[in-house]
This record gives sequence, C-alpha cells and structure tokens, in this order.
Amino acid sequence: MQKGRNRAPGIMTSKSYSLTPRRSFGETLRKEAWWIYPIFVFLGFSAFIVYSTWAAFQAEHYRFGPYLSPFYSPELLGGEHAWFGAKPAWIPDWLPFSPAFLILWAPAGFRLTCYYYRGAYYKAFWADPPSCAVGEPRSNYRGERKFPLILQNVHRYFLYLALIFLIILAYDVWEALWFVDPATGQKTFGIGVGTLILALNVFLLGGYTLGCHSLRHLIGGRLDEISKFRLRWDGYRCVTCLNNRHMIWAWCSLFVVGFSDIYVRMCSMGLWTDWRIF
Amino acid sequence: MKKAKFKIWRGERGEGDFVEYDTNISEGMVVLDAVLQIQAEQANDLACRWNCKAGKCGSCSAEINGMPKLMCMTRLNSLPMDEPVTVEPMRAFPSIRDLTTDVSWNYRVKEKIKPFAPREPDAEDGTWRMDQKDVDRVQEFRKCIECFLCQDVCHVLRDHHQHDDFIGPRFLVYTAALEMHPLDTEDRLEALKDEANIGLCNITKCCTKVCPEHITITDNAIIPLKERVVDEYYDPVRKLLKIFRKKGK
Repeated sequence: MQKGRNRAPGIMTSKSYSLTPRRSFGETLRKEAWWIYPIFVFLGFSAFIVYSTWAAFQAEHYRFGPYLSPFYSPELLGGEHAWFGAKPAWIPDWLPFSPAFLILWAPAGFRLTCYYYRGAYYKAFWADPPSCAVGEPRSNYRGERKFPLILQNVHRYFLYLALIFLIILAYDVWEALWFVDPATGQKTFGIGVGTLILALNVFLLGGYTLGCHSLRHLIGGRLDEISKFRLRWDGYRCVTCLNNRHMIWAWCSLFVVGFSDIYVRMCSMGLWTDWRIF
Repeated sequence: MKKAKFKIWRGERGEGDFVEYDTNISEGMVVLDAVLQIQAEQANDLACRWNCKAGKCGSCSAEINGMPKLMCMTRLNSLPMDEPVTVEPMRAFPSIRDLTTDVSWNYRVKEKIKPFAPREPDAEDGTWRMDQKDVDRVQEFRKCIECFLCQDVCHVLRDHHQHDDFIGPRFLVYTAALEMHPLDTEDRLEALKDEANIGLCNITKCCTKVCPEHITITDNAIIPLKERVVDEYYDPVRKLLKIFRKKGK
C-alpha cells in the first residue's frame, strides 16, 4: 500500500511522472468558507452527545403525565412503569444505573454507523478530509476496510433495531393522547403540546429511518430486476424518495429527539407548562 | 472591458509555480475562454487540454480556486473576481506540463474490471427484453463523461496516493453500471472488496459534489455496491442462511 508518497508505483509506473506533493493540514486554494460545514457538524454532534449523555445519567424527570422521553423509551427496567419491573437487586448501588443505559446504545449505534453521519463525522471529528480538496493531518489511511471501521458494516442490524424503536415510539404517541383526570382517575382523550412534539419526533425519526441506505438496499436495491417484484419496487421508490433528503431528515430528527427529552424534562421539573390544546 | 487576474500553474512534471496574468474579461466568459485568451496573447506555450467547450468531452478538467471543475463550464461571474482566479492541474494525476495531466492510469484501471456479460437472449429474435424501470437505475451512470474530476477530488487518490489499491469513484460508478445491469451475469463483488478496495471509500461525497453531470455517485453507486459487499462478506445471518440453503439442496 502506498502511504502518503508522491510517486505511486505499480499501475502508475508505466509512465513514472511525479504526483503533486500532498498538501499540509488545512491547506487549500479554496476561497469560500469551507470550514463552516465541518464546524457546524462538530458543534451539532458534540452538543447532542454531551446533552444526551447527561440526560441518560439523570434517571429522573423523564416522564410527565402521559409523556415519556424518547431517551427512556422503552423503559425496560428501573421505573414505576418499566416493562420488567424495578432495578434488579443484583446491580450494586455504586454502579450508576439509568433505564436509558439499556436502550440508548441502539439508536446511537444506528446513527453512528449511518452512511450520512459517517461521511460527516469523518470530516468534522477526524479531518479525513476536513473538507473536499483540503489538506489532511495524516498521511496514512486505512478507510473502512480494516478494524475498527470495518465494523461500520453492522449498520443494517442497527436498522432492524431502529425499526422496532420506531414502532415503540409511535405507541408512546398513542399513550400521550390519554390524560389521567386527577379528580376521577379516568383516562380521557386529549392533545397537549407534548403530544405534538412526540408525534413530530416519530414523524422525523420515521423519515430518517425509512430513508436509510441499508433499507433501500434490503427492500429492493439488491435486485437487478426489481421490476419483477411490484411491492418491492414501490417500497424501493418510497425509500429512495426519503433517501434523497437523508441529511435533512438526519439533522431534523436529531434535533427534535433531543428537544423532546428537554420538553418532558422541563415539564416534569415544573419549569415549563404543558398547554392542552383540547 | 474589465481586467481580471489569473494565477495559472506553469511547469513540467510536477516542478513549477503559479504565474500571474492580467487579461480582459467580458460577460458570459468561462475560465477556459480566459485561459485560451492568455494562451493566445501572452503565453503561447501554455499547455492546456480542451475539446468541446460544452461540458461533454471531459478534457478541460482542472482545479479552479482549489476545487476540481471543468474550465469550460465555470463561468467567471460565478467566481469572486476581486482576487486572482487560480487555475492548476488536477492533483490526483501526474503532471505532464502546465494544466495537462497524465490520466492514463484510469484507462489501465478500467481494463481490469470484468466486462459486461449478458445472459442468454430471451427473445425469439435473439435479443433481450428488459423492463424500463430496471434500466433507468443504471442509466444515470451512463452520463459519465470521464472527466475524472471525481477521481481528482477523492482524498484516497489525491492525498493518500493509493492508486495501486483503490479504483476511485469513477470506476465504482462504472462497476455499478455493470453490476446492477438487469442482463449482466458477472460477479464482481470479490474484486470490489479485495482489488478495488471499496472499503477505502469513507463516503465524503466529494465525488458527488464535483460531478459536472450531477451523477449521485455516492448514494446511487458506491453505497449500493458497499451494501452488496456486506451481503456477501459481512452479514453473518445471510452467510448462515446460505450455508443452510446449500445443505438443503
């Protein structure tokens, strides 16, 4: 393998002219502000990672009325409404525990291995390259063909999990339509601002997840004669339509999933009021 | 008439420097017009490859203000003219002289890719029938004019000089056009993984950004090929199913 050299042998050597020396880190003749996009990505991802990690460690204020924060859904263990009951006794008290720890790895893994995010964070966090036609800090490069980045190929398995999460979050929106009357204890139908935010969250996550490149492949992209399978062809077209705006879906859904947690948390802490529309 | 400054790379076999030229510009001019004007009036020995002046031959590829572009398709009014416009040869290929580069590596790479191998004709007249839907998908890839701007901007070739290991976006598009063709019977997945080293692509989408034919290189060609390679080599469940299917036969 050639690493950062200026003369490439092998297939190049039949005429061994010199390749132009590689540019140093950040060096470019581009005149526009190419650094804005990677800085935006860096700040956006960093803010989300810091907030979501903090929120996951809190293990409180993730429910308000019928609302459940998407960072804690499904609530498998630990809370009052958890699927499998309270925190098990065998987990020592000194070990930080939060219901979010049990689930957040799945959506995090889905985003981490997403084709769009990969391209974006390789640029923003690893400067590989910092932007198109801009010099890089390192001369050696292995890409995604060796460990650890070869593990990015696990993306389709995270997709399967993300699809399950989508169904669960949609059910949470259904639950967020039923408010308990404090006087009678009866559940009544209603829509609050929180319901709309949770619904918007599912809508955007749906647009992001259902536009996934792996799903596009699995639903029909892998076939050379997709026209022979009518349903798969229709599915392929739908996924392609969403996939065309995958970046927009990715960012909007990232922002709204974080905001959904903030909303539920703020309402639960009594800092914000959840307005009932009816 | 307005005057504009151009900094054009002059030199031979990688040795050289930028030379500044002042020239008159007028409305509607493209970078190639300015370069040819400089060649005619001030630098008769300036080497520059061009042909159709219509963005279809892919000859006048260069780097304009640091970005790979076709000189004939870059209008001067799309560039900031209050500072010199830099024009240099593509950096991913060996420099021959001034703005010309030796792109023959690309042709040698192309020769190594397994050619189209159609299945047996399925119509009585000895021809084939295909559904338009299936053809549409690969039709996009046929728009390529082989300007090699995508190869030039790809950091695997441009910065890491891995020409021996990586075939670059142009030939991933070429392979996709063959591999996804409804009539093709050849299997190129092993070569994609081990010889073309598709894993070296880290999806920066720079190739898509610079393509003058607006081919969605990354999303429609490279990622679908990566997924096909995952199917074949990195999906344990699919591998298990294959083993069971083989045993069942």
